[in-house]
Amino acid sequence: MTNHILLRDLDIPDIKNLAVYSDHEGYAAWKKAVTTMKGEEVIGVVKDSGLRGRGGAGFPAGLKWSFIPKDIFPKYVTVNCDESEPGTFKDHQLIRENPHQVIEGTALCAFAIGSKVAYIYCRGEFKEPVVQLQKAIDDAYAAGLLGKNLFGTNYSLDIYVHLGAGAYICGEESALLESLEGKIGQPRLKPPFPAVVGLYGKPTVINNVETLANVPGIVLNGAAWYRQNGTEKSPGTKIFSVCGHVKNAANYELPLGKFSIQDLLDMAGGSMSGLPIKAVLPAGSSSPIIPAANFGAKLDYESMAAIGSVLGSCSWIFMDESVDMVWAARKMIRFFKHESCGKCTPCREGTHWALSVYDKLLSGSGTIEDVKTIETVNKSITGKCFCPLGEFATSSMTFTLKHFRKDYDDFISMKKGGRADWMRELQRDHHIHEMHSGAIPVHGIPVHH
Amino acid sequence: MLKEKRAAEVAAILSKYPHERVRSAVMPLLYLAQEEYGFCTPDSMREIAQICSIDPTEVQSVAGFYTMYFEKPVGRHVVEICDDLPCVLRGADKLVDYAETKLGIRAGETTSDGAITLKVAMCLAACDRAPMCQVDLKYHYDLTREKFDDMVQELRK
Repeated sequence: MTNHILLRDLDIPDIKNLAVYSDHEGYAAWKKAVTTMKGEEVIGVVKDSGLRGRGGAGFPAGLKWSFIPKDIFPKYVTVNCDESEPGTFKDHQLIRENPHQVIEGTALCAFAIGSKVAYIYCRGEFKEPVVQLQKAIDDAYAAGLLGKNLFGTNYSLDIYVHLGAGAYICGEESALLESLEGKIGQPRLKPPFPAVVGLYGKPTVINNVETLANVPGIVLNGAAWYRQNGTEKSPGTKIFSVCGHVKNAANYELPLGKFSIQDLLDMAGGSMSGLPIKAVLPAGSSSPIIPAANFGAKLDYESMAAIGSVLGSCSWIFMDESVDMVWAARKMIRFFKHESCGKCTPCREGTHWALSVYDKLLSGSGTIEDVKTIETVNKSITGKCFCPLGEFATSSMTFTLKHFRKDYDDFISMKKGGRADWMRELQRDHHIHEMHSGAIPVHGIPVHH
Repeated sequence: MLKEKRAAEVAAILSKYPHERVRSAVMPLLYLAQEEYGFCTPDSMREIAQICSIDPTEVQSVAGFYTMYFEKPVGRHVVEICDDLPCVLRGADKLVDYAETKLGIRAGETTSDGAITLKVAMCLAACDRAPMCQVDLKYHYDLTREKFDDMVQELRK
């Protein structure tokens, strides 16, 4: 689409620079809010816009902000930029190419709830794009857009960047707060929810980067303007990260509810190899896989639910016919096993044993009992953990089994496993695992982690 | 001691968090220690514990939990190739095979001259430009064997 609302770097070169951003209505919403609006009014317009959280859950942003108690101080805003789901790379582009819009959205959220401090929690691997984000913050301070007594009022705001250090679980909001407090990133029991007991035990809003990047436009132009795009229940535009077996892997910003999965695939240039596309993961490794037969579904929260999947973070991993779903599921389980924080036994042990079973299948010695074990492990994890990571792990198993049972059956009846590249992959993973546990001597110097 | 060698940076880190919430500085201070000493040394973790008013064991648990902190020495450069699902769909597995052959080590190891540690990484949020890797936190995109060779040559200079 032209005239992007979020990926404005595609229309306006150098919008990452404050001067260019300011020339394109940058910080106009911020000035408008601080000098002419009350916090409740900002919450009101965001509520009316129908903006839903873009991190995955799709919870209405304005409603979330309205849960913050008025009489408890201080309050905090934390921005979730821990983008770690395999297949997501939208926040990466936003903080690197359009950082001021993220900062302005963060500032508006802070003003709306009466917070004077915001932390942007970025995954540690983003140290490079964070240079751009930090420069933008420094420039905003220098221009008097952040800091003390903004626009001559008595409102002050500080925004800080906090780097994670490699832990997928910190994208879960309560684990993110633990990490920001200097602890290991393990989720908290909810309730209480962060809106009441959040960072340092104080009321806290946690929003995704993309959610907040929508806010300046909404505050400046109003809810009706925002609702020009999208549907009644899924208003606005959304960034679709498209990768895998497509010709043009990239971020695409599209209005919700207008296009189908097939349209998205066509926009990305179709299959890279020319082989037919077999399936897509719509929200990274954690989402229910969608077979090509359902590619007619529209891209909005409701339509995706209707075909038994999710819109989530919109990270679309397309896979062509060459992909064996048992292999793909193993790859995803390996990820979740590595990233399980270890707090809940069903997730920690379940992902470990599930990976062992997939290793057995892939190496060619699988039996029908192994598929039953996978189903048992899934049941043992589902609904029995603090946070959704365990459920995410089961999704890769449950839905590949549901839609691609034949792939599994082939491993058992035709002893399909044992392919050379799969064996290399298994050996590499085992080698790394054993080096961590110190079980085997190695050439060279062993590295921990 | 970080407090002497990197005094200004320590002060800047501490100023970001409420005074009574100094524990929040553990993670940035561990990065600082790693930058200064090459890895999170036991002494530096004891110092961080003191700065943050917590037990050294708690600092070590943080260093152990997060994958980006090294608790043992690593090569002068750390090359991490993402080999998660989206990257492998675009050839990352073959690049890891190539890198292992080229460097003469397996993923997880360091070359005998101490120049390069090779690792595989869980998703690095750059799936659109796979195969890709991160070298000392800098991203390298759309990798080919030739690009990888050039990169290694540059690192060995």
